[in-house]
Amino acid sequence: MDKYTFLEKFFIYSAIFIFMTFILLPFVEMFYASLRPLDHLFRSPYQFYSDDLSFWAYREMWNTVPMLGRYIFNSFFLASSVAILTLLFVIPAAYSYARFNFPFKNSSLYILLAINMFSGAVLLIPLYKVLRTFGLLNSYQAMIVPGVAFLIPTSIWLLKSYFEKIPVDLEEAAFVDGASRVQILRHIIAPLSTPGLVVVGIYAFIGAYAQQFLFAITFNQKKEYMPIPSGLYEFIGYQSVKWNEMMAASLVGIAPVLILFIFLQKYIVEGLTAGAVKN
Amino acid sequence: MMNKKLRSFNSPTFLAYALIAPAAIYILLIVAWPVLETIRLSFTNSSLAGEDYVGFENYEKMLSSKKFNKIVTRTFVWMFFSVSLKLFVGLIGAILLNANLRGRSMFRVLIMPPWVVPIAIGMLGWLWLYNGYFGIIAGVGMHTGILDGPFGFLAYKQSAFISTIVADVWVGTPMVTVFFLAAMQGVPKDLYEAAYCDGASRWDRFFKITLPQITPVIITMSILSAIWTFNSFEIIWILTEGGPRGATTTLIIDTYKQALGNYKFGRGAARAVVVMILLTLFAGFYLALLARINKKISHG
Repeated sequence: MDKYTFLEKFFIYSAIFIFMTFILLPFVEMFYASLRPLDHLFRSPYQFYSDDLSFWAYREMWNTVPMLGRYIFNSFFLASSVAILTLLFVIPAAYSYARFNFPFKNSSLYILLAINMFSGAVLLIPLYKVLRTFGLLNSYQAMIVPGVAFLIPTSIWLLKSYFEKIPVDLEEAAFVDGASRVQILRHIIAPLSTPGLVVVGIYAFIGAYAQQFLFAITFNQKKEYMPIPSGLYEFIGYQSVKWNEMMAASLVGIAPVLILFIFLQKYIVEGLTAGAVKN
Repeated sequence: MMNKKLRSFNSPTFLAYALIAPAAIYILLIVAWPVLETIRLSFTNSSLAGEDYVGFENYEKMLSSKKFNKIVTRTFVWMFFSVSLKLFVGLIGAILLNANLRGRSMFRVLIMPPWVVPIAIGMLGWLWLYNGYFGIIAGVGMHTGILDGPFGFLAYKQSAFISTIVADVWVGTPMVTVFFLAAMQGVPKDLYEAAYCDGASRWDRFFKITLPQITPVIITMSILSAIWTFNSFEIIWILTEGGPRGATTTLIIDTYKQALGNYKFGRGAARAVVVMILLTLFAGFYLALLARINKKISHG
């Protein structure tokens, strides 16, 4: 194939630079703001240069947001709980869809896709009632229960395609040889589908991490259960905002997920795009 | 004997349903029931004070109000610009990152953050960028003389409308780019090699091979992003809460404001029903299309 000329390379790299600037500017600016003293931030017009950058905000934020550690823990705890619960519901269902034929199989799969298109924002009032009926408002469950529901549909589709890749012959041979279904599940399915389970688990974790705002501000008023986003927004509303510390806290809050994602992005992207691209 | 055993292995209807039951019941309780309850509420005047059946009153009031009609129009205009921009920027991004150049795998990872990071955190960054006095965008405007003073991008009707679209495009573009990229890489290499041997230029190869080959994915992504954009709540809510003076109030925002801002559950529910009807239309369109594409593939 033909190589790029120098001019073409220059043009493509410049275009990539503009594209990346759009994508990364908010993060770069958040990081820069977190390093600058507050009085440098509050200068108008905007100053591009600060001569005394420091990580001071990263120390001070723990005093300004006293429960920051708790918020970070909550975010993790909520996302992990949602991911684990989602897997528990999704594994048997996805296996069933991948292996068995039964009435309403395809129509129910499409209904799952359709459910995926409903956002939590439309269903807040009745959801509120459901949670109140079960006495779950203002608790971790208030955010976990709806979170799981909206992740189940995609997760079933994702995991189903993983199970389908495991050759059915293996299971049939074991079954004919007298293995029970539980044995098949333990000795054949479980080991072979571990990569798929990890991808779906991570997908659910990141999904749960990203959706920690709407349910959190609507169903939970208690500070001790708040995840990072709603915890931080408490500080944006009604007092003079210490932007540098807010930015520092946000970045510290999202760093673990970003690192996790960077290590696993190849698998996640492959898993997510496989279905759409093949279809 | 063996065949019989195998058949019972492959079609145990009871077991199949039993395995699906937990997930199905969960979704029925947390999604399906709330949908039905929303429909019921939309025929009542439910509020904190209690509820009475009022028939179609909520719908009549809603549909005859000029404000509501404006909101619907605004929602579609907002959606149109946001979706078109996501597809356009996403396609350009995919083309760029598909170029066989050094560093492309790094760039492919670097475009992900807006997608992976909680929207609320990303919006904190945008709030700061859009700040009229201290934000970098107004700053660049003032330094270059385009702006003659501080300019709060979220404080004026038109600029707030555009600013929320830009932030929404920012959140949605990475995913579109990633899907387009995956589609481009799925195009069989020999197509390109044959075209190259026939002397087709790079432009020709893009418009005659790449674009037709990825059209199904482009169509799928346009419908999916239309649905997601229509559902977009957090971005607008955090940036403007639907303001200034309603300039960024879309259907979803209006639904939320009626229900949880004014505690008019009945009126909110009527709006939610309109949202659900529109979503069902989108979803039906999407599923019909998906079925058609699948049929085409299975028929070769």
